[in-house]
Amino acid sequence: MELDVVSLSRLQFALTALYHFLFVPLTIGLSILLAIMETVYVMTGRTVWREMTRFWGTLFGINFVLGVATGLTMEFQFGMNWSYYSHYVGDIFGAPLAIEGLMAFFLEATFVGLFFFGWDKLSRLGHLAATWAVAIGSNFSALWILIANGWMQNPVGAAFNPATMRMEVTDFWAVVFNPVAQAKFVHTVSAGYVTAALFVLGVSAWYVLKGRHLALARRSMTVAASFGLAASLSVVVLGDESGYLATEHQQMKLAAVEAMWETEPAPAAFTAFGFPDQQARETHYAIHIPAVMGLIATRSLTTEVPGIKDLVVRAESRIRQGILAYDALQQIRAARGAGVPSEVTASFEENGRLLGYAYLLRRYVDDPRQATEEQIAKAAWDTVPHVPSLFWAFRIMVGIGMYMILLTAVFFFLSARRRLDRYRWLLWVAVWSIPLPWIAAEMGWIVAEFGRQPWIIEGVLPTAMAVSHVGITELLITIAGFTLFYSVLAVVEMGLMLKAIRKGPQPAPAPAPMLSAGQAPPRAIPAE
Amino acid sequence: MILHELLDYPTLRLIWWVLLGVLLIGFAATDGFDLGVGALLPFVGRTDLERRVAINTIGPVWEGNQVWLILGGGAIFAAWPQLYAVSFSGFYLAMFVVLAALILRPVGFKYRGKRDDPRWRAAWDWALFTGGFVPALIFGVAVGNVLQGVPFRLTDEYGIRYEGSFFGLLNPFALLCGLLSLSMMVMHGGAWLSLKATGPVAARGRRYGSIAALAALGLFAFCGLLTWLWLGGYRITSPIDPAGPSAPLLKEVTRDGASWLANYATYPWMLIAPVAGFLGILGAFLGLRAGREVSTLLCSKLATFGIISTAGLSMFPFLLPSSLDPRSSLTVWDSSSSHLTLFIMLVATAIFLPLILAYTAWVYRVLWGKVSEASVRDSSDAY
Repeated sequence: MELDVVSLSRLQFALTALYHFLFVPLTIGLSILLAIMETVYVMTGRTVWREMTRFWGTLFGINFVLGVATGLTMEFQFGMNWSYYSHYVGDIFGAPLAIEGLMAFFLEATFVGLFFFGWDKLSRLGHLAATWAVAIGSNFSALWILIANGWMQNPVGAAFNPATMRMEVTDFWAVVFNPVAQAKFVHTVSAGYVTAALFVLGVSAWYVLKGRHLALARRSMTVAASFGLAASLSVVVLGDESGYLATEHQQMKLAAVEAMWETEPAPAAFTAFGFPDQQARETHYAIHIPAVMGLIATRSLTTEVPGIKDLVVRAESRIRQGILAYDALQQIRAARGAGVPSEVTASFEENGRLLGYAYLLRRYVDDPRQATEEQIAKAAWDTVPHVPSLFWAFRIMVGIGMYMILLTAVFFFLSARRRLDRYRWLLWVAVWSIPLPWIAAEMGWIVAEFGRQPWIIEGVLPTAMAVSHVGITELLITIAGFTLFYSVLAVVEMGLMLKAIRKGPQPAPAPAPMLSAGQAPPRAIPAE
Repeated sequence: MILHELLDYPTLRLIWWVLLGVLLIGFAATDGFDLGVGALLPFVGRTDLERRVAINTIGPVWEGNQVWLILGGGAIFAAWPQLYAVSFSGFYLAMFVVLAALILRPVGFKYRGKRDDPRWRAAWDWALFTGGFVPALIFGVAVGNVLQGVPFRLTDEYGIRYEGSFFGLLNPFALLCGLLSLSMMVMHGGAWLSLKATGPVAARGRRYGSIAALAALGLFAFCGLLTWLWLGGYRITSPIDPAGPSAPLLKEVTRDGASWLANYATYPWMLIAPVAGFLGILGAFLGLRAGREVSTLLCSKLATFGIISTAGLSMFPFLLPSSLDPRSSLTVWDSSSSHLTLFIMLVATAIFLPLILAYTAWVYRVLWGKVSEASVRDSSDAY
């Protein structure tokens, strides 16, 4: 990798985003599990469920703060390292982030204080409401973040404005109901549920193996296995796949994930194994399963799935159109609002949506209009993401997903027959499976975001153009700082997590006093 | 969508300029006392139990309060994208320092009490102190630099070129503004401790809070004097089209004499802001001395409103002037999001902000009451 601003900025973003995403899935999933456990407590009045909520809540808290803390980095970083991106698409991308704060994060963060401190201050129903507010807040938070991210993958409802030199929103509902965003939301929160389910299942299995806290551990395993089975089915079945063919680029990503260099006659085969070679543009030792790919991708036996080489040819013609758009844009800007010939306006209207393809040439030449044939061909091949990493990341993710279904199904079956502790080796399997959902989630991030390259906004803005003009030294300082700081925090977090797990649930304090909902506090207070 | 035409573009820009202020004031008025308590932690708490009292006064609320900052960042991104892009990338290393300090804070609150080891707790005390002190100082330093103009220029394609350095940010005027914001938040933290804590922690909160109030009073007056006599300001010299495109390079700007204070001559009602600042600080000082609780915190909130509004109103219509290429300066009329985005964001704010205020008030009501050494010792939920 080169030590340039673009590579370093990408490295820093990848490091901080992957790190942030270690904490987010567990927050999303565990918040729902906490709400479910507490609901059972309120409905049945059995204190073991209260004890469960409090115990898993302690672990939730250790994880939650790091999610919040590292989330701050994400919000700062768009401006710090991706300032041209912020200018270029802030009109669309900023809104879901702000609405996330208004609608979701405020709810989650305000009530999380009551979740921890409110056990003795609220009625049972009052506390349950606070817990649900945290769960709903964190899940809505994921929704708005993925609406923002979905727009990067499939930029609908926006158009380029030559007067402001940026993308501006034309149809906000199209942004909100973007099919890619909706598919991503379902996929990502389901993955979070699986993560939490496996975490609860694994830790409880360890207690059962050690013969500790059996009442709590068995009930936790029952909840985790059924919740986990439903969620892992949802991740795979309702997964990302429904969004794949919604856009042109998802086609390139799909072709890269499958290392499918040539367009094959329908229905295409699925490459179960092989070694993709980016230079030679072929996949060595490939093992194909006939027809499966075509069925998954198109849900038909007759529709073709385009291969990488054909998609590159299409990209090349788009670059040529993009150059026309770039040329028209320069003329419109040179006229400064004075009369622009109608053929120029018409050309921009026709080709303007492909302007971003002209910017792909910026890597080789300042003015895309001066690009040579060779440069255009190179830029067209730049639209292919790194095939081997996508190929493997996807297979690891899917493999883990399938294994999760199997594992949670087994435990679901055992819990239905009340034989959870029958096979000790299975309990050990559950313990050692705890890290797997995290690996799958990180691989998913790689498929989604590394697979989007060279674009930061698919078809609209190349990643290389989106960076801030900061110095290499400054970037190295912050990368080193984040690495050091985050490593220390990771060690501390793991240490506390293990300590809390070893210590186990604490004896339940006296149950909450039953305050009636409308009971007034002793003094009036100012609204904050 | 035609609905957004109900409000014209200039009005929406003005509303979003006001809302930007509302969010920053919301942050200072709530999370400000969390930062202040953090900066005061080593001084108001001499023993572990005393420090736990101070920490537990803000323990259940800091998380929600911090969202004002996160929402402020998100709203700047959504409503003023160029402002977000220039300030965050320009103040790159300063932002990193703030970020590191802000990351220490949540972790410190949650993790400090997880071990009994005194060295562990002392380390997190430092983290919480840094997490309060550094952001409180640097936010003011940033405003001090914005008032002077920031060395950036925009390219023809609206790329951002920043030509200052990290140490250039730490100039005397900016540091004075930093001290002002620090003392304002420490005063606010003192007022909070006086309301929520008991015993020696509350008493020390009152003492240090009133010292900080005196410092804030002096610094606010001194920074105002410097702005009037020395700092100068910026002025748009070309005709302004409040409904024009968000293209900053279309205007002409000069730097001249007393124009930051010229607004107060043009719009005398704006004097409400500095007056509120002075009255708020004074009220907080007297309240801390007299041992009043609720009214002191309200005065302290009034002070944050007054001080922040003074900075914003003085610069109107500028958001971020450029000292390097004044034409590149970002103003209310040429650096907002599009008409439609501003409208959508306004609708979202109109729906959710009242809800946020309502449930936040409810949460504070539930948590009403003082935190004492006994209550911290006896509770299994306390940090």
